[in-house]
Amino acid sequence: MKKRLFTALLALSLLCTVLLPALTSCDSESGGITTLYVYNWGEYLSDGSEGTLPVNDMFEEWYYETYGERVKVNYSTFSSNETMYAKISSGSVNYDVIVPSDYMIERLIDEGLLAKLDYGNIPEIGNILPDFQNADYDPDKNGDGYNDYSVPYLYGMIGIIYNTTMVDEEDIGSWDLMWNEKYEGNILQFNNSRDAFGSAMYNLGLWDQINTDDEAIWRQALEELKKQKPILQGYVMDEIYNKMENGSAAIAAYYAGDYLTMYENNEDLEFYYPREGTNLYVDAMCVPASSQNKTVAERYINYMLTAEPAIANAEYTYYASPNKLVVEDEEYVAYMNDIKDDGYEKMYVTTDVDGNEVQTSSYRNLKGDKLLLLNNLWEELKSDISVSGGIYAICGVILGTMTGFIIFFAVRRKKRNIY
Amino acid sequence: MKILSKCYIGIIFFLLYIPIAVLILFSFNEAGSLAEFTGFTTAWYEELFLDEEAFSSLMNSLILAISSSLIATVIGTFGALGLHRMRNRYIKGAVNSMTNVPMMNPDIVTGVSMMLLFVTLAGILHAKSFFGFGTMLVAHVTFNLPYVLLSVMPRFKQLDKSLSEAAQDLGCTPARAFFSVELPQIIPGIISGLMLGFTMSLDDFVISHFVSSPDFQTLPLYVYNQTSHNVKFSMYALCSIIVLTILLILIAVNFAGGKKKGKGGTK
Repeated sequence: MKKRLFTALLALSLLCTVLLPALTSCDSESGGITTLYVYNWGEYLSDGSEGTLPVNDMFEEWYYETYGERVKVNYSTFSSNETMYAKISSGSVNYDVIVPSDYMIERLIDEGLLAKLDYGNIPEIGNILPDFQNADYDPDKNGDGYNDYSVPYLYGMIGIIYNTTMVDEEDIGSWDLMWNEKYEGNILQFNNSRDAFGSAMYNLGLWDQINTDDEAIWRQALEELKKQKPILQGYVMDEIYNKMENGSAAIAAYYAGDYLTMYENNEDLEFYYPREGTNLYVDAMCVPASSQNKTVAERYINYMLTAEPAIANAEYTYYASPNKLVVEDEEYVAYMNDIKDDGYEKMYVTTDVDGNEVQTSSYRNLKGDKLLLLNNLWEELKSDISVSGGIYAICGVILGTMTGFIIFFAVRRKKRNIY
Repeated sequence: MKILSKCYIGIIFFLLYIPIAVLILFSFNEAGSLAEFTGFTTAWYEELFLDEEAFSSLMNSLILAISSSLIATVIGTFGALGLHRMRNRYIKGAVNSMTNVPMMNPDIVTGVSMMLLFVTLAGILHAKSFFGFGTMLVAHVTFNLPYVLLSVMPRFKQLDKSLSEAAQDLGCTPARAFFSVELPQIIPGIISGLMLGFTMSLDDFVISHFVSSPDFQTLPLYVYNQTSHNVKFSMYALCSIIVLTILLILIAVNFAGGKKKGKGGTK
């Protein structure tokens, strides 16, 4: 009996240690302080490091002065749209402000995971340039002139980065540079299906077909990528920074803001928007449907649209801002031109090398069979990479030797047992 | 042959340590780039020490690792005792292999299933989502348990049953016999289980990723989320510090272990 009691007590105490913190931590409004959960890309908000403005701290102060209530910003980061989507859709955590990219916003709207914004709480919305309102990914259905679910935060455009010491001036100007056999072994292609197929379609002059339903066009892009594959150094993502900075590759397509980061470390790098058209993406602030503090979230979004934080964020990330207070700010222009003589122009003026306006298009959410098709084609492109054959051979040899040894020892032991 | 074997060791160590060496080297790079080494600086370390978020996540990681490995060790040790004393051979075998399943499971399966469990639980209890330290702790204790069992079970098997019986013959209660005769003999197993659990919990990313909340972020989660754009150089500094700390701990442990053996030898 005593033993039973002891066991029960032990089990109970264990249960308590495990469950107590769980039960107490769910209280987000303890002591009258509201916690606002913000979920953004990593390194995508001015955080006060290296003399930048601590935007979140400033918001907390501003909120207290304006509304007389304490708000604590709980800021966390994600590294891809898909990671963020997994968190939001699982319902495990309630965020108040999230910053997905355009096609992901479309998906979140389709699945009913976003809340409609009340622009009464976002009076500064007028600062956003009209080009970014009534967006394809989030059309303005209620006719107030603004996106229904999202407020643009930062945007970027893909251009081609090249190393002036390795690439001849006469070859530049087009997506074709990435297919130029002269630079065999020095070209980097995106290691993600969407951007890689996108680049092939732009090269084919199909800038307005990047979300097409037509399977033939996807196949055509695949052929284009297969043609490019032998002259590539590789399919890469973040390695682009290091490879371009230390000159181990000469040509890569990437975002204008990231180009400026690379330029700071290697002044031989140049950048242009290809004449066939290019990709534009927008990251926008949204409020998830599961948000517990929608009004505070909208006030946070509103604060991010005011001059000081908007400029701080644009200067911190080097990405382009859709906010007219930023674009028209002289100090900001000077700051961008300080990084590179024509830094501001590179970011905001989308003309090709001949001075003509470049067409832009954005990715949309691919649904069901289209996404499957893209994945299959991508698989087809990547699967005949020659290294895998060698790996299979090596594994086969190792496996063969191991089985050989095992059989050998088994036979020897059996023979010994017979004698 | 001797030269060959020495070369082999050389190559192995080279492959093992060159990435870490590069990491440490570039954490002192003035240029803030992997392209070239321009000069020696400790600026990244200074930046790291000013980074409050990194430190609070390190603290979270340590708190979680210590508490989860301790709880798992207590549960695991008693679990091993129960398993050891089980009479039915078949049930014993079945329970034993059942406990190994979470260890063989890919982390991603454990992570997703844990998340689903907590989400449904929150739904049933009509509670606000309670993700945070509690869920992390439950998840970490769960995946630490098999490792503790694995390192404690063999110790129980080696135990001489007659010792405990002798103690009871001499008037010990069964509980006292356990604590003063059996426990001291299985202590090494418990300690290795504890340390195994601690390290597993400290470096776990996949499971934590699924059951975490923004309230409680551990170091692996923090570092991973920093990689979406160019990786901050203060992260290199952080990793270097972790490597050095582990190296120091290992040296200390080996040194202490060596001393003990030496003492035993002179006796």
